[in-house]
Amino acid sequence: MNRSILMSAGLVLGCVVAAGTANARDQIRVVGSSTVYPFTTAVAEQFGKTSGFKTPVVESTGTGGGIKLFCDGVGVDKPDVVNASRRLKKNEAEACAKNGVTDIVELKVGFDGLTLSESKAGPTMKLTLGQLFLALAKEVPGPDGKMIPNPYKTWSDIDKSLPNVKIEVLGPPPTSGTRDSLHELFMEAGANQLPALQALKKADAKAFEKAWKSIREDGFYVEAGENDNVIVQKLEANQNAFGIFGYSFLEENAAKLRGVALDGVEPTFENIAEGKYKGARPLFVYVKKQHVGVIPGLDKFVAEYVSAKATGEDGYLSKKGLVALPKAEGDKVRASALQLQPVAVEQLTN
Amino acid sequence: MTEAALAPAARQATPFELDQKRIARRYAAERRFRAYGLAAIALTAVFIAVVIVDIVGKGLPAFWQHSLTIDIPVSAEAVDPSGTRDPAKMATEGDFAVPIREALSAVFPGNTSRAQRRLLTGIVSTGAGEELRERVMADPRLVGTTVRMSVLLSDDSDLYFKGQETESSTIAGATALTVSGTAGEVKLSAAAASAFAPALAAAGLPATGAVALDSSKPSVLVAVNGGIVKLATVDGSAATGTTLLPLKSDGAVKAGDWRTVIFMTPEANRRIGDQQAAWLDALKTSGQVERHFAWRLFTAGDSREPELAGIRGAIIGSALTLLVTLALCLPLGVAAAVYLEEFAPKNRLTEIVEVNINNLAAVPSIVFGLLGLAMFLNFFGLPRSAPLVGGLVLALLVLPTIIIASRAALKAVPPSIKEAALGVGASHQQAVFHHVLPVAMPGIMTGTIIGMAHALGETAPLLMIGMVAFIVDIPSGLTQAATVLPVQIYLWSDLPEQAFQAKTAAAIMVLLVFLFIMNGLAIVLRRRFERRW
Repeated sequence: MNRSILMSAGLVLGCVVAAGTANARDQIRVVGSSTVYPFTTAVAEQFGKTSGFKTPVVESTGTGGGIKLFCDGVGVDKPDVVNASRRLKKNEAEACAKNGVTDIVELKVGFDGLTLSESKAGPTMKLTLGQLFLALAKEVPGPDGKMIPNPYKTWSDIDKSLPNVKIEVLGPPPTSGTRDSLHELFMEAGANQLPALQALKKADAKAFEKAWKSIREDGFYVEAGENDNVIVQKLEANQNAFGIFGYSFLEENAAKLRGVALDGVEPTFENIAEGKYKGARPLFVYVKKQHVGVIPGLDKFVAEYVSAKATGEDGYLSKKGLVALPKAEGDKVRASALQLQPVAVEQLTN
Repeated sequence: MTEAALAPAARQATPFELDQKRIARRYAAERRFRAYGLAAIALTAVFIAVVIVDIVGKGLPAFWQHSLTIDIPVSAEAVDPSGTRDPAKMATEGDFAVPIREALSAVFPGNTSRAQRRLLTGIVSTGAGEELRERVMADPRLVGTTVRMSVLLSDDSDLYFKGQETESSTIAGATALTVSGTAGEVKLSAAAASAFAPALAAAGLPATGAVALDSSKPSVLVAVNGGIVKLATVDGSAATGTTLLPLKSDGAVKAGDWRTVIFMTPEANRRIGDQQAAWLDALKTSGQVERHFAWRLFTAGDSREPELAGIRGAIIGSALTLLVTLALCLPLGVAAAVYLEEFAPKNRLTEIVEVNINNLAAVPSIVFGLLGLAMFLNFFGLPRSAPLVGGLVLALLVLPTIIIASRAALKAVPPSIKEAALGVGASHQQAVFHHVLPVAMPGIMTGTIIGMAHALGETAPLLMIGMVAFIVDIPSGLTQAATVLPVQIYLWSDLPEQAFQAKTAAAIMVLLVFLFIMNGLAIVLRRRFERRW
């Protein structure tokens, strides 16, 4: 018994030591956003099949967590690529630089449309972003222009032309990257449409920001977890409910769901690509240039990601729900990515 | 109780009757309690049944898959542009998607436009080229010949054959029919005005007057003369439409020699359109489509294509992780338990240790993940996503459980056994290792297996150490990137493709089978080896 205990302990310790010393890495490591995950994994798989290099490992850690790992420093034990469902912030780039990560290549890979969707069995609705703001915000301007807790219970409370149906919107929880998009794409744009809030923006920018960054918590907005498939299933069961999730889920479930037109523009592939649809956000992939040449195949991986057969209009990522960049912009991104041009920190915002 | 208290109007119950009432109440209370218990068990059983039926119902189709057997012309210019016949060179230079595309075009000629070609190649898996590549790599002499092989269908085609795309029904034509052409726009005229009425009724459309069919209505197809016509308008006995598959001949057709096929889900709502459905049905009719067990599920690593994805990588990752956990937990846990139970002095310090072991067993698992990140990754510099680190973290997680179970098993051994050993002159250590521990072993094993089953189902601590990741390559060592079965389930459940939902349920079924086996093993060990006093 004694001997076997010692032996197993020795075995495990041996492994630990062996692993600690084995440092060279021949596999690309990607971390970051769960929104970009379905696209980067497809590129990684294709890259692994055709390039002769190992298939990159793609982790789904969320944008913020991914950037923190990415910016931790340069070296084989740090990730090479980070997926982001928003642009890198200036302070993040500065934190990166402090840790020695100075040359970051930015790839804008396409758009993800945020959609408000409903069951096809329910009545067709058309909303403006302002109406959506009034339905979802925690505080809305009252009759005198002062902010009051959201009194709206049915859609017809907001506007007589809308149906007399209880407001019920299923959407992402605060921990999700999609929630950030909900605030930035739907709520901020919606707030800007309301005269009372425009006045507030001029008078008190902080209060304005608070208004579009808070979502009601009285049961009319339901946090449905990180899993967008759950929202899809709930919408099938409830005709009067609306769901907020990425365009790829709407496309995959086109048999059951319909996208709600916002400001008169329906969430379709064309409208998102042309920039007509407001609820679209660009997706980014950042690459550590200092790892090119150290981690085998990293530059080839970048080339695969920006190639027309991946992110082009008819590329395999468009089948997965990614909305491609307009052709001119796509060509520009491709050209600068292939030269591995680092992003200028001054261009970034906080 | 006095005589005066007995009122003449209502006779007071005698003590015997009172007893009877009380007894009846007691019995009633007991019956009620049993009913509550039964109801609780029934409710639990219903919940479990609902969960299992739901998972099995969703997951079972994923264990079957459809393949297409097709003649593939392996043209040299596509797969071996340099003409060297060198497998290594062909692997990187050759485009193996071209032969697949050519093979499909040969079966359905005339689909030359880009959109049509995309639709046509979309019915087979994007992995079909890979399958061909492997075949050719193994035998380069195949270049320049025609290979008959079976390739996987795409996930959408697979769902179509599984009946998950649309409900369809077929109605035989009751009257004679005349067809105006064999390809392109054709006119169909029937002998009776009501020829198309049953089909329109089945599709839920008005059966009289002019009816225009578009992609927002159910599709009505007419299969006639070996081709398929998709109807665009129906007006009484006349109908117009476009051919999806060219007809072999035109002219008059007898009643019963043609039929209508109705797809209830409108084309706009389907992933497989009418054109692709017509192709797939034609392939099925010619016997080229075959349904078979989805071996790939158990032989392949992860993939972004549902039809290619498998759980082999996750199963091996789980096995490697559990191996590390077991190698660490069993000796450490048993040694700690034996020491605490048999040798440790009973003082303040050991009491604190005991309380903390019990507390550790209740710590949320994510905390162990954070600990693993700080200690194993950041301090010791172990690689991310490695089963070694996963095993270490899970070992921390299940160690308290194993120590507690082992101590309980040791405690259950009657003291007489140890005392007898001590009585014949054994040392304390000999008494414990030769007599107490072997008797306690079944209990320790049971506790360990249940701890391992717990570790098998854990995902939260692995998130922090990078095991929640897309990993295609099957891990072959403790330091290679790997994921585990429950993480694979979590990752699949979040993907948009419909076919992944069935895969998720299938993976859950596999995980449940492993858990049942482990728990069953624990029960068998207990039954066969445990001794009672």
